[in-house]
Order: sequence, then C-alpha cells, then structure tokens
Amino acid sequence: MSDYMNVSGRIFDVQKFSVHDGPGIRTIVFLKGCALRCRWCCNPESQEFEIQTMLQNGKEKIVGRDVTVSEVLDIVKQDMPYYRRSGGGMTLSGGEMLCQSDFAYALLRGAKESAINTAVETTGFAPYEKIEKLLPYIDTVLMDIKHIDSAKHKAFTTQSNERILENAVKIAENAKKLIIRVPVIPTFNDTEVEIAAIARFASTLKGVDEINLLPYHNYGRDKYTGLGREYLMGDTPRPTDEHMQKLKATAESFKLVCKIGG
Amino acid sequence: MKKVYTAEIPKTERIQKLIDDLYSGTPTIESTRAEIITESFKETEGMSIYLRKSRAFRAMAEKLPVVIRDDELIVGCNSFARRGCQTFPEFSNNWLEKEFDTIATRSADAFYISKETAEKLTEVHKYWQGKTTSERATSYMAPETLNAIEHNIFTVGNYFYNGIGHVSVDYAKVLKIGYKGIWEKAKAERDKCNIYDGDYAKRYYFLSSVMESCEAAIIFAKRYSVAARKMADECTNAKRRQELLTIAENCDKVPANGAESFHEACQSFWFVQLLIQTESSGHSISPGRFDQYMYPYYIKDIESGKITREQAQELVDCLWVKLNSLNKVRDALSAEGFAGYSMFQNLIVGGQDVNGIDATNDLSYMCISASMHVNLPQPSLSMRVWNGTPHELMVKAAELTKTGIGLPAYYNDEIIIPALISRGLSLQDARDYCIIGCVEPQKGGKTDGWHDAAFFNMLRPMELVFANGLDRGVQVGLKTGTIAELDTYDKFFDAYKKQMDYAIKLMVNADNAVDAAHMELCPLPFVSAMVDDCIAKGKSAQEGGAVYNFTGPQGFGIANVADGLYALNELVYKTKTVTLQQYADAIKNNFGMPYSDAYAKNLTVEVVKEIGAKGFDVTKEQIAEIFTQIRENKIEESKKREYQALYEKIKELPKFGNDIDEVDFLGREVAYTYTKPVEKYTNPRGGRYHAGLYPVSANVPLGLQTGATPDARLAGTPIADGVSPVAGSDVNGPTASANSVAKLDHGIASNGTLFNMKFHPTALKGASGIEGFIALIRAFFDQKGMHMQFNVVSRETLRDAQLHPENYKNLVVRVAGYSALFTTLSRSLQDDIINRTEQGGF
Repeated sequence: MSDYMNVSGRIFDVQKFSVHDGPGIRTIVFLKGCALRCRWCCNPESQEFEIQTMLQNGKEKIVGRDVTVSEVLDIVKQDMPYYRRSGGGMTLSGGEMLCQSDFAYALLRGAKESAINTAVETTGFAPYEKIEKLLPYIDTVLMDIKHIDSAKHKAFTTQSNERILENAVKIAENAKKLIIRVPVIPTFNDTEVEIAAIARFASTLKGVDEINLLPYHNYGRDKYTGLGREYLMGDTPRPTDEHMQKLKATAESFKLVCKIGG
Repeated sequence: MKKVYTAEIPKTERIQKLIDDLYSGTPTIESTRAEIITESFKETEGMSIYLRKSRAFRAMAEKLPVVIRDDELIVGCNSFARRGCQTFPEFSNNWLEKEFDTIATRSADAFYISKETAEKLTEVHKYWQGKTTSERATSYMAPETLNAIEHNIFTVGNYFYNGIGHVSVDYAKVLKIGYKGIWEKAKAERDKCNIYDGDYAKRYYFLSSVMESCEAAIIFAKRYSVAARKMADECTNAKRRQELLTIAENCDKVPANGAESFHEACQSFWFVQLLIQTESSGHSISPGRFDQYMYPYYIKDIESGKITREQAQELVDCLWVKLNSLNKVRDALSAEGFAGYSMFQNLIVGGQDVNGIDATNDLSYMCISASMHVNLPQPSLSMRVWNGTPHELMVKAAELTKTGIGLPAYYNDEIIIPALISRGLSLQDARDYCIIGCVEPQKGGKTDGWHDAAFFNMLRPMELVFANGLDRGVQVGLKTGTIAELDTYDKFFDAYKKQMDYAIKLMVNADNAVDAAHMELCPLPFVSAMVDDCIAKGKSAQEGGAVYNFTGPQGFGIANVADGLYALNELVYKTKTVTLQQYADAIKNNFGMPYSDAYAKNLTVEVVKEIGAKGFDVTKEQIAEIFTQIRENKIEESKKREYQALYEKIKELPKFGNDIDEVDFLGREVAYTYTKPVEKYTNPRGGRYHAGLYPVSANVPLGLQTGATPDARLAGTPIADGVSPVAGSDVNGPTASANSVAKLDHGIASNGTLFNMKFHPTALKGASGIEGFIALIRAFFDQKGMHMQFNVVSRETLRDAQLHPENYKNLVVRVAGYSALFTTLSRSLQDDIINRTEQGGF
C-alpha cells in the first residue's frame, strides 16, 4: 500500500447517494475545519477543526472523527456500481477541504487511482500552491464566489475576498472544469446588481460557462442551538422563486448557463 | 431502427367517468355463480369431472348477468354490482359462512353481503359439504403436517381455500385464432383418440370439456352482442348508439374468431381475462406481455389510419379500468396477507423478444401512460429491464414511480433469464418471460407455475431451535438439542438448518396434498385450453398438461434470521457476553418489553383456553385482568433490566442492509437454508419446486404469530418483507441497502424475490433526481439483483415518521441542494419539508 493511503484526516460525515451535487450519484466526504465563518453557514459543526459535541434532537452527538485515506476510500468504493451507471463519484466538501490539503490531496489521488470521478466544493481560500497541487486529481471544481465587494465579504464571512478572486482566475486557467456557485443570501448579496457583479466576474474566467445560484435556507438553525451558538441570520426569509428567476436571468445575461440549486 | 412514439397522450373525459362510476358502490358479494355451479353439479352427478366442470362453466356463460355500463367501450362483467364478486363454493366455503356477520366490518377488505345472498349461499353450501378441494387436501396431509400448520410454521392457505390462478395464458392465440380455432385444435386432437386407448376416458372427455368451454366463451360474448344491439336500438344519443353498435359487432366476432382491429383485440383480451376469473377463484391471472401480443393489432390499425394513437390510448385506458372492476373475497386471515382487494393481475412491458432483441414499442409507453391516467392499483404494472432497455422508457417509468402509486415494479432480465434456463426453460422461452402476481417469473402460455404455494415464516424454525422442537408444549419440530447442548455457533446454525429442512418437508407434503386435491376435483378445462401443451397432451393444467410445471412456495424473514444469528454469534459464542440460556430467557420474556395489544390478545386466548381445558370457568373480568397482566409483561425488575440491556446490545450490532459483508453474506447463507432444500422436491404434476423470497403482505399477520426473536425483534411485530432489510435497520441510504440485498443469491430464488424501497417524492425531483433513481436501479441490476419496487411516500407518512422515527430510518428526502435521510434531520427541517409537500409537492 502506498504511503498516501495511510494519511489521516478529520471528517464529520460521509453522505452516500447524493444526486444533486455534481454529476451522477456521488458520495460526499465532509472534511472538518474552515477558515471562513459565513453567517448563513448551514453546517456550523463543520467550521471548527476540533472534535465537538452537538445536541441533536435531544441527544449528544460527537461531531468529527479521524480516519485514514484508505478507510474513507473503502467506503467511497462501495458505491462503484452506482458511479459507473451515473457518471458519479466522490465529492470533497466541508468545512473547507483546503484546510486539510495534505489529506485532501491523498484522498483525491487515491480516488483517481481507482478511476473514480472527483469533485470538490471549495471557498478557494488558501495559498494557491496548495490548490495547484490538487488540480490534476480533480475533475470538477465547484467554487463559491460570495461577493465582489471585499469589505462586505469580510463583514459576512470574516475574510476579505482578494485571495479568493485571485485564486479563481488561476484555478480557471488550470482546472479541468470550474463551476462557480453563489449562495444567494438576503441582506448580503441578493440584489440584481450584486449578482450581476459576480456573474460578470465569472464570465471573464477562462473556460467557465456555468454558474449555480443556491438560495438561502435556514435548515442549519437548530445546529447552532445544538452547539450553544447564536444564529445570526435570525428570521431572514428565504428568497422567493420569482426573485430567484430574476437573478437567474441576470446571470444568463452574461452568457452563462445558470442553474438554481446544485 | 424501429420508430417508437413516446409522446404523452392526454386522458379523456370518458376515462374519469368510468372510474367515478366504478368506485361509486361498495364491494358486494353475489350468489349467482355459486347457485349456477351448484345446480349444474347436482345435474351432472356421476359424469366425468371434466364434463361436469365444462357443463357448469357453460351454464355460467348462459346465465350470469349481462351488464353494459354507461360510456364503456370494452364490455363484460361477472357481477351486477360495481367491484362486486362471485363466490366459489367448490374450493371452500365454511370460512365464508362463519364470516357472514363480520365480513362487512372486518379490518381488511370488507364486503357487503345482503341477508338474502347469505341465505342463498348457506343453502348451496350444503351441497358442497365433503366435496371441496380443501377437505380433500386435508385428508391427504400427514398428521405432523397438520400439526405444523396448526402451529403456524407455514401456511398453504392460498390454494387450500381458493383456485390456483397464477397463470398467464396464451392471449396471443385467442387473439389470433379465436375460440373457434382452439375448438378446432381440441377437436382434431380428440379425433385421434381410439376407444380402445388406455387413456381414452380421461383424454376424450378432457378434450370434450375444452371444446365445451370454448363454446361457453362464445355464448357469453354473443349475449353481450345481443344486449348491446338492443341498447343501441333504444339509444337516442347518436354517438353512443354508434359505440354500442361497434360493441355489438365486436362481441359478435370475438373471441369466437380471430381479432382484426385493435378494438376487437382489446375486447377479446377482456373476455379471456374475465372468464378465467369466472371459471375459478384463483387470483394473479396475469396479462403478462400485453405490449407484445397486442402490438400487431395496434400497428396495423395505426398504419392503415383506422384509429389514431389517441383512440388507441383510450381503449387501453378502458381496459385498465376494467381490470380494476374484478374483485375477490378471501377469508379474514388471507385478506390480511393479500390486503387491499388485490387481484395481482400483473402486466409487464419492455424487455427482450425471443431472439434477444429489445421489444419496447409504442404500447410499452402507452401502458405506463394508462397507469398514470387511471391512477388505480390494477393492473400490477411491471417493467422488464435489461442492458439494452432504452433510457427513455426508464425515464417514463420513473415518472410513474414518482406519482407515488408504487408502480411499476422493475425486473432484471439479466438474472431472471438465466435463472429460468436453470429450471429447464429453453433460451427462447426464458427470454419471453412475464411476471405473475407479485414477483413470480414464468413463460406465459406454457406454464402452470403454482407460484405463491405457501407462506413460509423462516423465524418459526428459529423459535423451534430454542425450544428443542417444542411449540406450546407440542413437539412440532425436530429435537435438535437442548440449550446446553448448543454450545458452539456451528451447532446452533446446524440445528436451525435441521429445523428448516424438516419444516420444508412438511410444507412440501401440504402443498402436494392441495395439488392432488385440485387435480382430482377441480381440473379447469377453460384455462387449460389456453396453456400449451394441455390440448396435445390431452391433460388439464392441473394434471401436468403444461409444458413447464412448478411449485413455488415463498420464504421470508431472511434479514431477521441473519441479524439474529449474527447477534447470537457475537454475544454468546464470540464475546461470551451472555449465555445462550440468558439469551433464550430474554427472548421468552420479550426482552422485558410490554407486548402489543394484538399479541397480548392472542396470548390471552391461549391462556383462557388452557384454563378452560382444566375445567375452570373464566369470567369477563378475569379475562380482562389476564390481558392486562400479559400486555404489561410484569416480571421482576432486575430481570427486566437485564433483558432490556441485552436488547440494547443487540440493537447496536451491525445489521443486514448496510453494506457490511459479515452480516450480508450471513444473509446469503440464511437464504440458502430455504432455497436449497426447496429445490430438491417434486410435485404431482411432474414438475419441481423452486423457492421464492417474498411475503406479499403476510409478513405483518404472520409476524403477529411469532414471538420475540434473537435479532431483538419484539413479539408480534412485523417480519422483514421479502429480501429487504428489517424496516428501520438499514440506515446508510439506498445504495448501501441495495448492495446488501444484491449480496443474496437471487438466481436460485427463481420463483421471485421482492425488494421494497421507500422514497420521498422530493428525492426524485428534477432531472437529476430521475437520473439518480434510474442509475440506482441499473446499478442494483448490474449486481444481479432481481426486483425492485418503490414507495414514494406522502406527507401523512412523513408525519408518522416524526412520531415513530424508529420505523422510518431509511426514508430518503430531498432537502435543499442534497438528499438526506429524513429521520436524521432536525425537527424544524422536517416540518419544513412536510409543509413544502403540502404546498403542492413536485
């Protein structure tokens, strides 16, 4: 067994039979830890790298466990017949998989050696060298661009966006396929002007022809309570279907294929 | 390349009117048929049994009511009442008489019966005392077999109480040459008989009865022709008048002669379907490959411009409504096992032709559309899937699945065809298979499959292992060793296998007894006329006249036994956490848990019986007290805690259905304890046994007869259905569940396997939902799974899932950008999804 199979990392969930995140039937591996603290984040238990205890439906649940690449791939490979029939595969999500980039690298490489299609969901917030090393092993990069205005970005995510936008340009140059994703968050980026700015930026990226708009939802709300944290989004309503359609039209005006949802 | 039209055709107003009319009445029992057959049998005493049967059938054709309902384009009924039913006293009748007062209010499949009908039936039943197939069958069973049945080890109730049914006849032959043509064939064969032949008496009179049955079918149709013409004469609406005249012409021509138009073919088909279910009470009269044998008539009319696709669709829709008009009354226990007024008329589309070329055509799509249009349970629509099945057909089928009516069921050619070949079918016949009833494959028109021959509860032999073969103090199974003697896992598993072998032998004895009774008392000349090679052999299907003869009894409970054996091995033999005696005590005491009301009621009846047997009277108050005590399961507190602790330990162990090799391959071994012994036996028709692994809906009532089991299943609760994991124990999603089930050997279970999966409609939402769903089926079938069916559940179910999450651990829902297991979601999210569904769903 090659050494990289023994690399260990920290995950908080593996979700099989995901048909709405990337092509086909996919197994999503959720890596723990993220550098951003997006206010709307629906997986708050993904943010800290530390293993945590969360109350869920009245029961204590340990969030996070350390596993080796080999252990994860054994689980991922169980669904090979489904990937083959659907063009699916493994998706690394988080948290931010770049926070455990050595682990992510080993997972992606291991998957590729077993001829598994790979995708990542990423904020793109990391030194580019770390990303560059992974790109040869990724079939589809699903990257978030949350806002073009850096100050607002920082206010809602705790990080400014310069590095993200720079990385987007470089990833576009070097990735096999890049799809831009935008969480549409009321009070943050849900105006036509803001979405247009993101779409305009996306349309300038080399090879990018698709953008996904993911409407805000509050499904993570109970998890904040379970972690003893405050849910800062309060009762923010979700965007209406009509509004999403309007934003879709906006994005399409930049000659991008636009999907609502993944 | 063959051009196939797949575009959806809208439903017409007529179809909704027919449906509304059909469901305007209460299912009602009628006595006409019972009176006719009784009268006829009284007249034919002493004659050949074949002639007695065909004479009675002819009398039915001459005397049953002729009913043409408004707006019908296809006609033919066997009862006055909508969804009414006739009775079949020749098979059994005691149970019905006992239920006269309760049948209208019973929980499963209630029927209205008027006082007058009840009186008439009571009168005709007198004649049948001592003459029914059920009485004859009982007389052929060994004492130990009767004992095992009494102790609910298995039941052969289906054919014990009813006709056999479970057949797909050669519809194509009737469509092509009509009953006149079949009459000619029987006549030609009869002409070859010599009066000095050894088998003359049987052969000559059997063939005569076939001829008379063909005449009867023609007579029946002609009466419809006359009635339709008379109605046309009196009809003032010009359009309806023309429709009635067409009906009159159709019924004059078919099924006597071959059909020429699609409309004639539809009418001819319906008479076949209806009359088979008039001759005998056997259910699962399965139309089989309707899209194949109807296609020549369809395409001819379409190409000549005689009808439009819209008109053809309406005719198919009319047939679908008709298939829902037939009904059957069963005894209370069977009604629970086959709950839902089910007739199991299985109709299958797609698959390969006899030469291995994809057989999908316009009608394949139109059949799926028809099920969408009528939104009713019949026909039991199935679809054959093979590597070459067009993707468009899969999408069309998935759209139907999405509506939530549980149709179609999907079948895998890639395993069924080799499985049938292994049972002696020719390659071409195997490629031409259809499905009977629930999930049973056969080559239509050539097979007497005797599918559904028994329900075999695989948990009962497990209970017998713990009790050294004793049940309620009676030696029902073998003596396989005391608890102390079963000191290794291998000894335990070996004891289980011995109990299985023995119980299977008894089941075979029971089935063969019932088989012999039908052979002697109820040969069916009409159905035999349409099953090859009955005419050439000069033998009824009930005597082995068919080309292929099988008996297919079905076992269920694999997942429970596998989980239980795994737990026993872990906790008793490997880690020695508890002793086998402690485990046995915990099971005996229902793991210290209270009993369900229904189970406590059964136990109470037993206790009261015992007390009564000792000569004591029991008051109502005492019965109530006994019931309360039993239900609450009052035992010593420390014992209760000990049992409950074991229960929790078992619950934590790996379970079948999660893609864990250790348990899944144990499941495969467990399935073999049923499938392998079964295939050793032969039946009286010269055929062999082969196993099915499916429970219909009997896993619930038969679960009620089963105590707690080593898998921590509580007493009286349902048993796992078919090859599916125990409900709620497969918690790793649909792919893991399917992988586990695929690790069983489906090929050896050539009488069919059943895999249920439950989805929320949102999981199939959008193109990616549909594509994922199709890929799931394809990938399960790549791994040689045999069958899959889907419940796409409603918000009521979701509410129940909130109240009882333990029963819904594998329910998949689509959340936002992802799908997830419903019960793992937070309360607020669950509420949200429920609300979304209420707003109109997908």
